[in-house]
Amino acid sequence: MAIKKFAVAAYDDEAVLFPAVKKVRKSGYKLHDVYTPFAVHGLDVEMGLKETDLHIAGFIYGICGTSTAVGFISWIFTSDWPIVYGGKPHFALPAWVPITFELTVLFAAVGMTLTFCYLNQVMPGVKKHVFHPRQSDDLFVMAIELNEHTPEAEVIKFLKSTGAKETSVQTAEEGWWYGRWDKPEAYEALNAG
Amino acid sequence: MHIKYESFVREPLVDGNKDYHQVSEDIISPIERKPGRMWYIGFFFSIILLCFGIFSVSWSVYWGLGTWGVNRTIGWGWDITNFVWWIGIGHAGTLISAILLLFRQGWRTGVNRAAEAMTIFAVMCAGQFPIWHMGRVWDGFWVLPLPNTRGPLWPNFDSPLLWDVFAISTYFTVSLLFWYSGLMPDFALIRDRAKTKLRKRLYGLASFGWTGTAKGWQRMEALALVLAGLSTPLVLSVHTIVSFDFATSVIPGWHTTIFPPYFVAGAVFSGFAMVNTLLVITRKILKLEAYITIGHLEAMNKIIVLTGSIVGVAYLTELFMSWYSQAWGEMEAFKWRIVGPYWWSYWAMMTCNVVSPQLFWIKKLRRNIPFTFVMSIVVNIGMWFERFVIIATSTYRDWIPGSWSYYSPEWPEVGFYLGTFGLFFTLYFLFAKYFPVVAVHEIKFVLKTSGDNYKRGMQPIEEKSAEEFIHEQEHHHAEEHAEMAHH
Repeated sequence: MAIKKFAVAAYDDEAVLFPAVKKVRKSGYKLHDVYTPFAVHGLDVEMGLKETDLHIAGFIYGICGTSTAVGFISWIFTSDWPIVYGGKPHFALPAWVPITFELTVLFAAVGMTLTFCYLNQVMPGVKKHVFHPRQSDDLFVMAIELNEHTPEAEVIKFLKSTGAKETSVQTAEEGWWYGRWDKPEAYEALNAG
Repeated sequence: MHIKYESFVREPLVDGNKDYHQVSEDIISPIERKPGRMWYIGFFFSIILLCFGIFSVSWSVYWGLGTWGVNRTIGWGWDITNFVWWIGIGHAGTLISAILLLFRQGWRTGVNRAAEAMTIFAVMCAGQFPIWHMGRVWDGFWVLPLPNTRGPLWPNFDSPLLWDVFAISTYFTVSLLFWYSGLMPDFALIRDRAKTKLRKRLYGLASFGWTGTAKGWQRMEALALVLAGLSTPLVLSVHTIVSFDFATSVIPGWHTTIFPPYFVAGAVFSGFAMVNTLLVITRKILKLEAYITIGHLEAMNKIIVLTGSIVGVAYLTELFMSWYSQAWGEMEAFKWRIVGPYWWSYWAMMTCNVVSPQLFWIKKLRRNIPFTFVMSIVVNIGMWFERFVIIATSTYRDWIPGSWSYYSPEWPEVGFYLGTFGLFFTLYFLFAKYFPVVAVHEIKFVLKTSGDNYKRGMQPIEEKSAEEFIHEQEHHHAEEHAEMAHH
């Protein structure tokens, strides 16, 4: 993680945001991220993001749940402590369907949610830089990473030309850190720690 | 960008002149204000009920279940009746949040948050009943699959009662995850708006540090879709398994194959009634009429009349099958249900569940708020009686006429039931005060297609001739393709 300089543009309409994202990608500036108050469909495609593989992880967790249930119950009832219940055979697979199903769902759901939290780096106590306090309210906020080849003034001028309502230049930690949301951070201190 | 267009035939999901900011303002500002007097009064009564419930349960545990009215033939009584009733109520939340998501029903966005909260609280209430019904509750961990030396070394995985343990704990966990993952962005909104330090700190914690990145939203949608796909069979399995508690036994009146679909329909039926009870009040007090519209209530009333009719057909099928089987025990059990000492519970069930919901075929009544509220209570009373009928009137006259009996509850059983109302409403009042009652980000998602003011903005497009419209759209597409080819 590192502290970097960003040019930030806030848009108030998806219809302006989409062409702006397209122009930024064409211009060659480094698009850091776009923050939106809700899921804007097609934005990930426009930004050139890959489709997520989260559902594949979910499938794998589900299979783990299935095999845990079947393996565990059949070991118990056929080898560890076989008991005859109501004349059923020891290996009573149809009677195990409900628990097997429930564990499949449980493993898939819990595993997927934890993976989701890990990938998105969200957890209680996690803090991230908020580029605009209204990015969760009614603004679509785009952050562009600046470097020595991209002068601030030029990028800001470019962003304004794409229809941004507000622009700013900010220094911020690009990743996450542990912190309290009611306490502002000194970014230099973050780096030193 | 394509135009966002939705037919005028569909009524708006958000009434009035709203933009994104106004949506945040309307839904979040009640959290930032001090609650009104109604809230304090309601919360106070809920706490009183909860305390009485805790007292009743403590009494039952201290003196034993002999303080209850349950006896040799009726072992389940009010306790399991209440268990099935609460767990059934929970089903509507999952139906709204999961099944309606898969069916792409836009109207779920206005009601899903509160309905899911209701699910979670109802399952918490339901879970109390089997636990305290154990009597020696300190041995409750025996239901867990832990190796031990107390007799049969493991719990019985072939038993529907153990399936229930897995079904309900999984249901609770998955519902909670589904609900909370959708809450994170709304907590982030409260955090970013917060004026006081404490609020910023607490909602910052609750938001898990969500910032709304494009990748984050993409994963969020993938997660929601898969969780919906998992919850759909899950919710059906839960009440199916609850019905197995009865159906896999050989008690006349319980031993029927119709139970799983009949229980699931009944669960959805009672759950939607409870959603209506809660939302009619909530939308009024929090002034959310623009988001939980009469259209939303009407949609739920339609589901109530549908599931109520399914339940009615199931009741009649049961009667037919008991006659068709020509099994003496079955026929007697149903005869006594109708004309025996518990006739009043059977007829209360029939009136509340089968006859009265049919009034919802009339559109005027479906859109009438006081009527909806009264009906929602009637349906919940009816569904409580359904479970009571199944439990009490199938067991009070068993195979030995000498042990035939009658059952009425003692005060600890009634107190326990009232206590779960206390628990439910305490949690719901806290939810209504501290949580966004409507999913803000989901409302914003449908706002430009289904908001009243945006729909009116589509009027000029609506008035165009089809040829003109197609021509313009084709032109638009051609432009886009050309640009893509250019890349």
